[in-house]
Amino acid sequence: MSEAAVRMADAVADTVLIKEVSKTFTGERGNAVIALQEIDLVVRPGEFVSLIGPSGCGKSTLLRIIADLTEPTAGTVSVFGKSARQARLDQDYGIAFQQAGLLPWRTVSGNIELPLHLHGVGRAERRARARELLELVGLPDFADHRPEQLSGGMQQRVAIARALAERPRLLLMDEPFGALDEMTRERMQAELVRLRRETGAAVVFVTHSIPEAVYLSDRVVVMSPRPGRVSTVIDVPLARRDEDVREAPAFYATVTAVREALRGRPVPAPPAGADLR
Amino acid sequence: MRRGTVRAVGAPVVAGVAFLLAWQALVDLQDLPPYILPSPTAILEQLQQNRSDILRTFTASATNAVLGLLAGAVIGLLAGMAAARFRAVDDLVTPLAAAVAAMPIVALAPILDTMFSATSNIPRRIVVALVAFFPIFINTVRGLRQVDPIHAELMRSYAASGWAFTRVVRWPGSLPFVFTGLRVASSLAVIAAVVVEYFGGLQDGLGSRITSAASNTAYARAWAYVVASIALGMLFYAVALVIERLAMPWRSATST
Repeated sequence: MSEAAVRMADAVADTVLIKEVSKTFTGERGNAVIALQEIDLVVRPGEFVSLIGPSGCGKSTLLRIIADLTEPTAGTVSVFGKSARQARLDQDYGIAFQQAGLLPWRTVSGNIELPLHLHGVGRAERRARARELLELVGLPDFADHRPEQLSGGMQQRVAIARALAERPRLLLMDEPFGALDEMTRERMQAELVRLRRETGAAVVFVTHSIPEAVYLSDRVVVMSPRPGRVSTVIDVPLARRDEDVREAPAFYATVTAVREALRGRPVPAPPAGADLR
Repeated sequence: MRRGTVRAVGAPVVAGVAFLLAWQALVDLQDLPPYILPSPTAILEQLQQNRSDILRTFTASATNAVLGLLAGAVIGLLAGMAAARFRAVDDLVTPLAAAVAAMPIVALAPILDTMFSATSNIPRRIVVALVAFFPIFINTVRGLRQVDPIHAELMRSYAASGWAFTRVVRWPGSLPFVFTGLRVASSLAVIAAVVVEYFGGLQDGLGSRITSAASNTAYARAWAYVVASIALGMLFYAVALVIERLAMPWRSATST
Protein backbone atom coordinates (compact mmCIF):
# COMPACT_ATOMS: atom_id res chain seq x y z
CA MET A 1 0.00 0.00 0.00
CA SER A 2 1.38 3.39 -0.97
CA GLU A 3 1.76 6.20 1.48
CA ALA A 4 -1.10 8.09 -0.17
CA ALA A 5 -3.39 5.10 0.15
CA VAL A 6 -2.62 4.82 3.85
CA ARG A 7 -3.48 8.47 4.30
CA MET A 8 -6.72 7.94 2.41
CA ALA A 9 -7.64 4.99 4.60
CA ASP A 10 -7.02 7.06 7.74
CA ALA A 11 -9.37 9.70 6.43
CA VAL A 12 -12.40 7.44 6.12
CA ALA A 13 -13.84 8.81 9.34
CA ASP A 14 -13.94 12.32 7.90
CA THR A 15 -16.48 13.53 5.36
CA VAL A 16 -14.07 16.03 3.85
CA LEU A 17 -10.34 16.18 4.54
CA ILE A 18 -8.30 18.94 2.94
CA LYS A 19 -4.54 19.06 3.42
CA GLU A 20 -2.28 21.89 2.32
CA VAL A 21 -4.42 22.71 -0.68
CA SER A 22 -3.26 25.57 -2.88
CA LYS A 23 -4.75 26.90 -6.08
CA THR A 24 -3.05 29.27 -8.49
CA PHE A 25 -4.82 30.76 -11.46
CA THR A 26 -3.00 32.22 -14.42
CA GLY A 27 -4.23 35.76 -14.93
CA GLU A 28 -4.99 37.47 -18.23
CA ARG A 29 -1.44 38.70 -18.72
CA GLY A 30 0.10 35.41 -17.71
CA ASN A 31 0.74 36.54 -14.13
CA ALA A 32 -0.08 34.04 -11.40
CA VAL A 33 -2.93 34.78 -9.01
CA ILE A 34 -2.87 32.78 -5.77
CA ALA A 35 -6.51 31.98 -5.03
CA LEU A 36 -5.83 29.59 -2.15
CA GLN A 37 -2.69 29.04 -0.12
CA GLU A 38 -2.08 25.93 2.00
CA ILE A 39 -5.60 25.34 3.24
CA ASP A 40 -6.27 22.67 5.86
CA LEU A 41 -9.86 21.79 6.68
CA VAL A 42 -11.76 18.84 8.12
CA VAL A 43 -15.51 18.33 7.91
CA ARG A 44 -16.85 15.52 10.08
CA PRO A 45 -19.95 13.46 9.34
CA GLY A 46 -23.13 15.46 9.85
CA GLU A 47 -21.24 18.66 10.57
CA PHE A 48 -22.32 22.05 9.20
CA VAL A 49 -19.32 24.17 8.20
CA SER A 50 -19.59 27.65 6.70
CA LEU A 51 -16.88 29.32 4.65
CA ILE A 52 -17.05 33.08 5.02
CA GLY A 53 -14.84 35.89 3.82
CA PRO A 54 -14.65 38.92 1.51
CA SER A 55 -14.78 38.56 -2.28
CA GLY A 56 -11.60 37.03 -3.63
CA CYS A 57 -10.79 34.98 -0.53
CA GLY A 58 -11.25 31.78 -2.52
CA LYS A 59 -14.19 30.36 -0.56
CA SER A 60 -16.09 29.40 -3.73
CA THR A 61 -12.92 27.99 -5.25
CA LEU A 62 -12.43 25.81 -2.18
CA LEU A 63 -16.00 24.52 -2.48
CA ARG A 64 -15.48 23.83 -6.18
CA ILE A 65 -12.31 21.89 -5.35
CA ILE A 66 -14.25 19.68 -2.91
CA ALA A 67 -16.85 19.15 -5.67
CA ASP A 68 -14.10 18.34 -8.20
CA LEU A 69 -15.36 21.11 -10.46
CA THR A 70 -11.83 22.49 -10.43
CA GLU A 71 -8.52 20.93 -9.40
CA PRO A 72 -6.08 22.16 -6.76
CA THR A 73 -2.59 23.14 -7.87
CA ALA A 74 -1.12 21.43 -4.81
CA GLY A 75 -2.28 19.45 -1.77
CA THR A 76 -4.71 16.58 -1.26
CA VAL A 77 -8.47 16.48 -1.02
CA SER A 78 -10.39 13.46 0.14
CA VAL A 79 -14.15 13.13 0.30
CA PHE A 80 -15.46 10.11 2.23
CA GLY A 81 -11.92 8.75 2.09
CA LYS A 82 -11.81 8.82 -1.71
CA SER A 83 -10.31 11.28 -4.14
CA ALA A 84 -12.62 14.22 -4.91
CA ARG A 85 -12.92 12.94 -8.47
CA GLN A 86 -14.01 9.48 -7.36
CA ALA A 87 -16.51 11.02 -4.93
CA ARG A 88 -17.99 13.03 -7.80
CA LEU A 89 -18.16 9.99 -10.05
CA ASP A 90 -19.83 8.07 -7.21
CA GLN A 91 -22.32 10.91 -6.67
CA ASP A 92 -21.39 11.26 -3.02
CA TYR A 93 -22.44 14.89 -2.75
CA GLY A 94 -25.36 17.10 -3.75
CA ILE A 95 -24.66 20.65 -4.87
CA ALA A 96 -26.57 23.95 -5.03
CA PHE A 97 -25.41 27.29 -6.40
CA GLN A 98 -26.42 30.92 -5.97
CA GLN A 99 -28.59 30.62 -9.08
CA ALA A 100 -31.06 27.80 -8.94
CA GLY A 101 -29.94 26.74 -12.43
CA LEU A 102 -33.14 24.85 -13.19
CA LEU A 103 -33.65 23.67 -16.76
CA PRO A 104 -36.51 25.86 -18.05
CA TRP A 105 -37.77 23.17 -20.44
CA ARG A 106 -38.36 20.69 -17.64
CA THR A 107 -41.13 20.82 -15.07
CA VAL A 108 -40.31 21.28 -11.41
CA SER A 109 -40.60 17.54 -10.90
CA GLY A 110 -38.50 16.91 -14.03
CA ASN A 111 -35.76 19.12 -12.62
CA ILE A 112 -35.67 17.30 -9.30
CA GLU A 113 -35.63 13.99 -11.15
CA LEU A 114 -32.74 15.08 -13.39
CA PRO A 115 -29.87 13.46 -11.43
CA LEU A 116 -31.94 10.30 -10.91
CA HIS A 117 -32.83 10.23 -14.60
CA LEU A 118 -29.17 10.59 -15.59
CA HIS A 119 -28.22 7.72 -13.33
CA GLY A 120 -30.78 5.34 -14.69
CA VAL A 121 -33.46 5.36 -11.98
CA GLY A 122 -36.82 4.20 -13.34
CA ARG A 123 -39.66 6.62 -14.03
CA ALA A 124 -42.03 5.56 -11.25
CA GLU A 125 -39.32 5.61 -8.61
CA ARG A 126 -38.08 9.00 -9.81
CA ARG A 127 -41.54 10.43 -9.70
CA ALA A 128 -42.12 9.10 -6.18
CA ARG A 129 -38.82 10.50 -4.92
CA ALA A 130 -39.56 13.91 -6.47
CA ARG A 131 -42.96 13.97 -4.73
CA GLU A 132 -41.29 13.13 -1.43
CA LEU A 133 -38.71 15.90 -1.89
CA LEU A 134 -41.31 18.48 -2.91
CA GLU A 135 -43.11 17.65 0.31
CA LEU A 136 -39.85 18.09 2.20
CA VAL A 137 -39.13 21.55 0.76
CA GLY A 138 -42.73 22.68 1.15
CA LEU A 139 -43.82 22.73 -2.51
CA PRO A 140 -46.12 19.70 -2.75
CA ASP A 141 -48.47 21.32 -5.30
CA PHE A 142 -45.88 22.50 -7.79
CA ALA A 143 -44.66 19.27 -9.39
CA ASP A 144 -45.97 20.10 -12.86
CA HIS A 145 -45.22 23.82 -12.86
CA ARG A 146 -42.54 25.33 -15.06
CA PRO A 147 -39.55 26.88 -13.24
CA GLU A 148 -40.39 30.32 -14.65
CA GLN A 149 -43.74 30.25 -12.89
CA LEU A 150 -41.97 30.09 -9.52
CA SER A 151 -40.51 32.90 -7.41
CA GLY A 152 -36.76 33.05 -6.77
CA GLY A 153 -37.13 31.50 -3.31
CA MET A 154 -39.29 28.68 -4.64
CA GLN A 155 -36.81 27.99 -7.45
CA GLN A 156 -34.04 27.78 -4.88
CA ARG A 157 -36.06 25.25 -2.86
CA VAL A 158 -36.41 23.16 -6.01
CA ALA A 159 -32.64 23.37 -6.52
CA ILE A 160 -32.09 22.18 -2.94
CA ALA A 161 -34.58 19.34 -3.43
CA ARG A 162 -32.63 18.38 -6.56
CA ALA A 163 -29.38 18.41 -4.57
CA LEU A 164 -31.00 16.03 -2.04
CA ALA A 165 -32.44 13.70 -4.69
CA GLU A 166 -29.83 10.98 -4.31
CA ARG A 167 -29.71 11.15 -0.51
CA PRO A 168 -26.12 12.44 -0.38
CA ARG A 169 -24.26 12.41 2.95
CA LEU A 170 -22.66 15.72 1.93
CA LEU A 171 -24.28 18.90 0.67
CA LEU A 172 -22.16 21.58 -1.01
CA MET A 173 -23.84 24.99 -1.16
CA ASP A 174 -22.36 28.07 -2.82
CA GLU A 175 -24.28 31.11 -1.54
CA PRO A 176 -27.61 29.42 -2.23
CA PHE A 177 -29.61 32.24 -0.59
CA GLY A 178 -27.43 35.09 -1.88
CA ALA A 179 -29.97 36.29 -4.44
CA LEU A 180 -32.98 36.22 -2.09
CA ASP A 181 -34.55 39.05 -0.10
CA GLU A 182 -33.94 39.12 3.65
CA MET A 183 -37.35 37.71 4.70
CA THR A 184 -37.20 34.81 2.27
CA ARG A 185 -33.61 34.26 3.23
CA GLU A 186 -34.34 33.80 6.94
CA ARG A 187 -37.20 31.45 6.16
CA MET A 188 -34.94 29.41 3.86
CA GLN A 189 -32.27 29.25 6.56
CA ALA A 190 -34.81 27.82 9.02
CA GLU A 191 -35.84 25.30 6.35
CA LEU A 192 -32.23 24.30 5.81
CA VAL A 193 -31.76 23.70 9.55
CA ARG A 194 -34.78 21.41 9.47
CA LEU A 195 -33.65 19.63 6.27
CA ARG A 196 -30.25 19.02 7.73
CA ARG A 197 -31.77 17.62 10.93
CA GLU A 198 -33.99 15.29 8.90
CA THR A 199 -31.30 14.11 6.48
CA GLY A 200 -28.27 14.13 8.78
CA ALA A 201 -26.06 15.22 5.90
CA ALA A 202 -22.85 17.19 6.41
CA VAL A 203 -22.94 20.63 4.80
CA VAL A 204 -20.23 22.90 3.43
CA PHE A 205 -21.84 26.29 2.99
CA VAL A 206 -20.28 29.35 1.31
CA THR A 207 -21.75 32.70 2.35
CA HIS A 208 -21.15 36.45 2.63
CA SER A 209 -23.53 36.87 5.53
CA ILE A 210 -22.24 36.70 9.09
CA PRO A 211 -25.63 36.07 10.82
CA GLU A 212 -26.43 33.41 8.22
CA ALA A 213 -23.14 31.61 8.87
CA VAL A 214 -23.60 31.75 12.66
CA TYR A 215 -27.25 30.70 12.58
CA LEU A 216 -26.61 27.66 10.40
CA SER A 217 -23.18 26.38 11.35
CA ASP A 218 -21.42 24.22 13.88
CA ARG A 219 -18.19 25.90 12.82
CA VAL A 220 -17.49 29.06 10.85
CA VAL A 221 -14.29 29.10 8.81
CA VAL A 222 -13.18 32.72 8.34
CA MET A 223 -11.04 33.30 5.26
CA SER A 224 -8.94 36.26 4.16
CA PRO A 225 -8.03 37.30 0.62
CA ARG A 226 -4.82 37.76 -1.42
CA PRO A 227 -3.72 35.06 -0.97
CA GLY A 228 -6.83 33.14 0.09
CA ARG A 229 -6.22 31.40 3.40
CA VAL A 230 -8.02 30.35 6.55
CA SER A 231 -7.53 33.06 9.16
CA THR A 232 -9.69 31.69 12.03
CA VAL A 233 -12.10 28.89 12.76
CA ILE A 234 -14.86 29.79 15.19
CA ASP A 235 -17.04 27.22 16.97
CA VAL A 236 -20.68 28.18 17.32
CA PRO A 237 -21.90 27.37 20.85
CA LEU A 238 -25.63 27.20 20.06
CA ALA A 239 -27.61 24.17 21.21
CA ARG A 240 -30.87 24.91 19.40
CA ARG A 241 -31.59 26.58 16.05
CA ASP A 242 -35.00 28.15 16.27
CA GLU A 243 -36.08 31.71 15.55
CA ASP A 244 -35.40 32.79 19.16
CA VAL A 245 -31.74 31.91 18.74
CA ARG A 246 -31.35 34.92 16.45
CA GLU A 247 -31.90 37.15 19.48
CA ALA A 248 -29.88 35.14 22.03
CA PRO A 249 -26.74 36.68 23.61
CA ALA A 250 -24.61 33.71 22.53
CA PHE A 251 -25.72 34.34 18.92
CA TYR A 252 -24.70 38.02 19.11
CA ALA A 253 -21.41 37.17 20.78
CA THR A 254 -20.55 34.72 17.99
CA VAL A 255 -21.60 37.19 15.28
CA THR A 256 -19.27 39.73 16.87
CA ALA A 257 -16.43 37.22 17.07
CA VAL A 258 -16.82 36.38 13.36
CA ARG A 259 -17.02 40.06 12.45
CA GLU A 260 -13.82 40.84 14.31
CA ALA A 261 -12.09 37.86 12.76
CA LEU A 262 -13.13 39.18 9.32
CA ARG A 263 -11.61 42.57 10.12
CA GLY A 264 -8.40 40.83 11.08
CA ARG A 265 -8.35 42.44 14.55
CA PRO A 266 -10.67 44.27 16.94
CA VAL A 267 -11.13 47.86 15.75
CA PRO A 268 -9.80 50.26 18.40
CA ALA A 269 -12.16 53.02 19.53
CA PRO A 270 -11.07 56.49 18.38
CA PRO A 271 -9.16 58.30 21.18
CA ALA A 272 -11.14 60.98 23.00
CA GLY A 273 -10.77 64.45 21.52
CA ALA A 274 -9.28 63.13 18.30
CA ASP A 275 -9.81 65.17 15.16
CA LEU A 276 -12.42 63.19 13.23
CA ARG A 277 -12.66 65.40 10.13
CA MET B 1 -56.33 39.41 -20.57
CA ARG B 2 -59.32 40.17 -22.82
CA ARG B 3 -58.59 43.88 -22.77
CA GLY B 4 -54.98 43.09 -23.67
CA THR B 5 -56.09 41.00 -26.65
CA VAL B 6 -58.45 43.74 -27.86
CA ARG B 7 -55.63 46.24 -27.72
CA ALA B 8 -53.06 43.92 -29.31
CA VAL B 9 -55.34 43.11 -32.27
CA GLY B 10 -57.35 46.33 -32.38
CA ALA B 11 -54.51 48.85 -32.56
CA PRO B 12 -52.87 47.53 -35.74
CA VAL B 13 -56.28 47.01 -37.41
CA VAL B 14 -57.27 50.61 -36.70
CA ALA B 15 -53.90 51.85 -37.96
CA GLY B 16 -54.20 49.70 -41.12
CA VAL B 17 -57.71 50.90 -41.93
CA ALA B 18 -56.71 54.51 -41.36
CA PHE B 19 -53.74 54.01 -43.67
CA LEU B 20 -55.93 52.54 -46.44
CA LEU B 21 -58.47 55.37 -46.12
CA ALA B 22 -55.71 57.97 -46.33
CA TRP B 23 -54.29 56.18 -49.37
CA GLN B 24 -57.69 56.13 -51.09
CA ALA B 25 -58.27 59.82 -50.27
CA LEU B 26 -54.83 60.77 -51.59
CA VAL B 27 -55.40 59.01 -54.92
CA ASP B 28 -58.95 60.41 -55.33
CA LEU B 29 -58.27 64.00 -54.26
CA GLN B 30 -54.96 64.41 -56.10
CA ASP B 31 -56.30 62.46 -59.09
CA LEU B 32 -53.08 60.41 -59.23
CA PRO B 33 -52.55 58.33 -62.39
CA PRO B 34 -52.43 54.54 -61.72
CA TYR B 35 -48.79 54.22 -62.85
CA ILE B 36 -47.81 56.40 -59.90
CA LEU B 37 -50.16 54.85 -57.36
CA PRO B 38 -53.35 52.87 -57.96
CA SER B 39 -56.08 53.20 -55.32
CA PRO B 40 -56.84 50.42 -52.80
CA THR B 41 -60.26 49.89 -54.37
CA ALA B 42 -58.68 49.40 -57.82
CA ILE B 43 -56.26 46.85 -56.35
CA LEU B 44 -59.13 45.07 -54.58
CA GLU B 45 -61.02 44.90 -57.86
CA GLN B 46 -57.99 43.25 -59.53
CA LEU B 47 -57.71 40.80 -56.65
CA GLN B 48 -61.28 39.69 -57.28
CA GLN B 49 -60.93 39.52 -61.08
CA ASN B 50 -57.78 37.41 -60.94
CA ARG B 51 -58.85 35.20 -58.04
CA SER B 52 -58.19 31.86 -59.69
CA ASP B 53 -54.84 32.83 -61.23
CA ILE B 54 -53.72 34.38 -57.93
CA LEU B 55 -54.62 31.15 -56.14
CA ARG B 56 -52.70 29.08 -58.72
CA THR B 57 -49.56 31.25 -58.68
CA PHE B 58 -49.77 31.61 -54.91
CA THR B 59 -49.73 27.81 -54.61
CA ALA B 60 -46.80 27.51 -57.02
CA SER B 61 -44.71 30.08 -55.14
CA ALA B 62 -45.71 28.60 -51.78
CA THR B 63 -44.61 25.13 -52.93
CA ASN B 64 -41.24 26.46 -54.08
CA ALA B 65 -40.78 28.33 -50.83
CA VAL B 66 -41.76 25.35 -48.64
CA LEU B 67 -39.58 22.80 -50.42
CA GLY B 68 -36.61 25.16 -50.63
CA LEU B 69 -37.05 26.15 -46.99
CA LEU B 70 -37.23 22.54 -45.82
CA ALA B 71 -34.08 21.61 -47.75
CA GLY B 72 -32.23 24.69 -46.48
CA ALA B 73 -33.41 24.08 -42.92
CA VAL B 74 -32.39 20.42 -42.83
CA ILE B 75 -28.97 21.15 -44.34
CA GLY B 76 -28.49 24.21 -42.11
CA LEU B 77 -29.44 22.24 -39.01
CA LEU B 78 -27.14 19.31 -39.80
CA ALA B 79 -24.26 21.59 -40.82
CA GLY B 80 -24.79 23.65 -37.66
CA MET B 81 -24.72 20.56 -35.46
CA ALA B 82 -21.56 19.33 -37.15
CA ALA B 83 -19.87 22.75 -36.90
CA ALA B 84 -20.77 23.09 -33.21
CA ARG B 85 -19.40 19.62 -32.53
CA PHE B 86 -16.28 19.44 -34.71
CA ARG B 87 -13.76 22.25 -34.86
CA ALA B 88 -12.55 21.19 -38.32
CA VAL B 89 -16.06 21.35 -39.78
CA ASP B 90 -16.51 24.78 -38.20
CA ASP B 91 -13.29 26.06 -39.78
CA LEU B 92 -14.36 24.65 -43.12
CA VAL B 93 -18.05 25.54 -43.27
CA THR B 94 -18.38 28.85 -41.41
CA PRO B 95 -16.36 30.99 -43.87
CA LEU B 96 -18.22 29.33 -46.76
CA ALA B 97 -21.55 30.03 -45.08
CA ALA B 98 -20.54 33.65 -44.52
CA ALA B 99 -19.63 33.91 -48.21
CA VAL B 100 -23.00 32.44 -49.19
CA ALA B 101 -24.75 34.95 -46.93
CA ALA B 102 -22.84 37.89 -48.42
CA MET B 103 -23.71 36.82 -51.97
CA PRO B 104 -26.91 38.18 -53.57
CA ILE B 105 -28.21 34.68 -54.10
CA VAL B 106 -30.98 35.59 -56.55
CA ALA B 107 -28.13 36.65 -58.82
CA LEU B 108 -27.53 32.93 -59.33
CA ALA B 109 -30.98 32.51 -60.87
CA PRO B 110 -30.11 33.15 -64.55
CA ILE B 111 -27.16 30.75 -64.30
CA LEU B 112 -29.21 28.03 -62.63
CA ASP B 113 -32.00 28.58 -65.15
CA THR B 114 -29.66 27.72 -68.02
CA MET B 115 -28.18 24.77 -66.13
CA PHE B 116 -31.60 23.13 -65.86
CA SER B 117 -34.35 22.87 -68.47
CA ALA B 118 -36.83 25.74 -68.89
CA THR B 119 -39.62 23.65 -67.39
CA SER B 120 -37.70 22.75 -64.25
CA ASN B 121 -38.76 23.79 -60.76
CA ILE B 122 -35.29 23.03 -59.42
CA PRO B 123 -33.48 26.40 -59.96
CA ARG B 124 -35.98 28.40 -57.92
CA ARG B 125 -35.94 25.87 -55.10
CA ILE B 126 -32.15 25.83 -55.00
CA VAL B 127 -32.15 29.61 -54.65
CA VAL B 128 -34.67 29.44 -51.80
CA ALA B 129 -32.71 26.67 -50.06
CA LEU B 130 -29.47 28.67 -50.25
CA VAL B 131 -31.18 31.77 -48.87
CA ALA B 132 -32.80 29.80 -46.02
CA PHE B 133 -29.64 27.89 -45.12
CA PHE B 134 -27.62 30.70 -43.61
CA PRO B 135 -29.83 32.04 -40.78
CA ILE B 136 -30.61 28.50 -39.66
CA PHE B 137 -26.98 27.41 -39.77
CA ILE B 138 -25.67 30.44 -37.86
CA ASN B 139 -28.38 30.31 -35.20
CA THR B 140 -28.01 26.57 -34.71
CA VAL B 141 -24.27 26.94 -34.13
CA ARG B 142 -24.84 29.85 -31.75
CA GLY B 143 -27.59 28.01 -29.87
CA LEU B 144 -25.54 24.84 -29.44
CA ARG B 145 -22.49 26.81 -28.31
CA GLN B 146 -24.13 28.87 -25.61
CA VAL B 147 -24.75 26.85 -22.49
CA ASP B 148 -25.53 28.34 -19.09
CA PRO B 149 -22.30 27.77 -17.09
CA ILE B 150 -24.39 26.61 -14.10
CA HIS B 151 -25.98 23.90 -16.22
CA ALA B 152 -22.53 22.83 -17.37
CA GLU B 153 -21.23 22.64 -13.78
CA LEU B 154 -24.33 20.82 -12.65
CA MET B 155 -23.97 18.19 -15.36
CA ARG B 156 -20.31 17.80 -14.48
CA SER B 157 -21.23 17.30 -10.83
CA TYR B 158 -23.61 14.55 -11.99
CA ALA B 159 -20.71 12.97 -13.91
CA ALA B 160 -23.00 13.06 -16.97
CA SER B 161 -21.64 11.72 -20.26
CA GLY B 162 -21.09 14.02 -23.22
CA TRP B 163 -24.06 12.48 -24.99
CA ALA B 164 -26.34 12.95 -21.97
CA PHE B 165 -25.20 16.57 -21.76
CA THR B 166 -26.01 17.12 -25.44
CA ARG B 167 -29.43 15.50 -25.13
CA VAL B 168 -30.52 16.97 -21.80
CA VAL B 169 -29.00 20.45 -21.91
CA ARG B 170 -27.49 21.40 -25.25
CA TRP B 171 -30.29 20.51 -27.65
CA PRO B 172 -33.25 21.88 -25.72
CA GLY B 173 -31.20 24.99 -24.87
CA SER B 174 -30.50 25.65 -28.56
CA LEU B 175 -34.16 25.53 -29.63
CA PRO B 176 -34.93 29.23 -29.10
CA PHE B 177 -32.01 30.09 -31.36
CA VAL B 178 -32.91 27.50 -33.99
CA PHE B 179 -36.47 28.79 -34.16
CA THR B 180 -35.33 32.39 -34.44
CA GLY B 181 -33.31 31.19 -37.43
CA LEU B 182 -36.33 29.38 -38.84
CA ARG B 183 -38.52 32.47 -38.51
CA VAL B 184 -35.99 34.65 -40.32
CA ALA B 185 -35.45 31.94 -42.95
CA SER B 186 -39.18 31.52 -43.58
CA SER B 187 -39.55 35.21 -44.46
CA LEU B 188 -36.45 35.16 -46.63
CA ALA B 189 -37.67 32.00 -48.37
CA VAL B 190 -40.86 33.72 -49.51
CA ILE B 191 -38.99 36.79 -50.73
CA ALA B 192 -36.56 34.58 -52.65
CA ALA B 193 -39.33 32.41 -54.13
CA VAL B 194 -41.15 35.49 -55.48
CA VAL B 195 -38.19 37.60 -56.60
CA VAL B 196 -36.28 34.75 -58.29
CA GLU B 197 -38.89 34.72 -61.09
CA TYR B 198 -37.97 38.28 -62.04
CA PHE B 199 -34.85 36.80 -63.61
CA GLY B 200 -36.51 34.27 -65.90
CA GLY B 201 -36.93 30.54 -65.57
CA LEU B 202 -40.28 28.82 -65.19
CA GLN B 203 -43.01 31.49 -64.96
CA ASP B 204 -45.86 30.05 -62.91
CA GLY B 205 -45.51 31.91 -59.60
CA LEU B 206 -46.43 35.28 -58.13
CA GLY B 207 -43.18 36.95 -59.21
CA SER B 208 -43.76 36.29 -62.90
CA ARG B 209 -47.24 37.88 -62.72
CA ILE B 210 -45.89 41.01 -61.01
CA THR B 211 -43.27 41.59 -63.73
CA SER B 212 -45.63 40.84 -66.60
CA ALA B 213 -48.43 43.05 -65.22
CA ALA B 214 -45.98 45.90 -64.63
CA SER B 215 -44.52 45.63 -68.13
CA ASN B 216 -48.09 45.70 -69.55
CA THR B 217 -48.83 48.90 -67.59
CA ALA B 218 -51.48 47.00 -65.57
CA TYR B 219 -50.32 48.58 -62.34
CA ALA B 220 -53.32 47.77 -60.19
CA ARG B 221 -52.97 44.12 -61.20
CA ALA B 222 -49.25 44.13 -60.35
CA TRP B 223 -50.20 45.49 -56.93
CA ALA B 224 -52.82 42.76 -56.52
CA TYR B 225 -50.07 40.13 -56.90
CA VAL B 226 -47.83 42.09 -54.55
CA VAL B 227 -50.64 41.92 -51.97
CA ALA B 228 -50.81 38.15 -52.49
CA SER B 229 -47.02 37.94 -51.97
CA ILE B 230 -47.36 39.86 -48.72
CA ALA B 231 -50.07 37.43 -47.60
CA LEU B 232 -47.76 34.50 -48.45
CA GLY B 233 -44.94 36.02 -46.41
CA MET B 234 -47.23 36.57 -43.44
CA LEU B 235 -48.57 33.04 -43.69
CA PHE B 236 -45.06 31.58 -43.56
CA TYR B 237 -44.11 33.74 -40.62
CA ALA B 238 -47.26 32.78 -38.72
CA VAL B 239 -46.74 29.05 -39.35
CA ALA B 240 -43.12 29.30 -38.17
CA LEU B 241 -44.35 31.09 -35.04
CA VAL B 242 -46.97 28.42 -34.31
CA ILE B 243 -44.43 25.61 -34.72
CA GLU B 244 -42.09 27.49 -32.38
CA ARG B 245 -44.79 27.78 -29.71
CA LEU B 246 -45.69 24.10 -30.02
CA ALA B 247 -42.06 22.99 -29.81
CA MET B 248 -41.27 25.15 -26.78
CA PRO B 249 -44.30 25.15 -24.46
CA TRP B 250 -42.14 26.41 -21.60
CA ARG B 251 -41.66 29.69 -23.44
CA SER B 252 -45.28 30.38 -24.38
CA ALA B 253 -46.29 29.80 -20.75
CA THR B 254 -44.87 33.17 -19.73
CA SER B 255 -44.50 35.25 -22.90
CA THR B 256 -47.62 37.08 -24.22
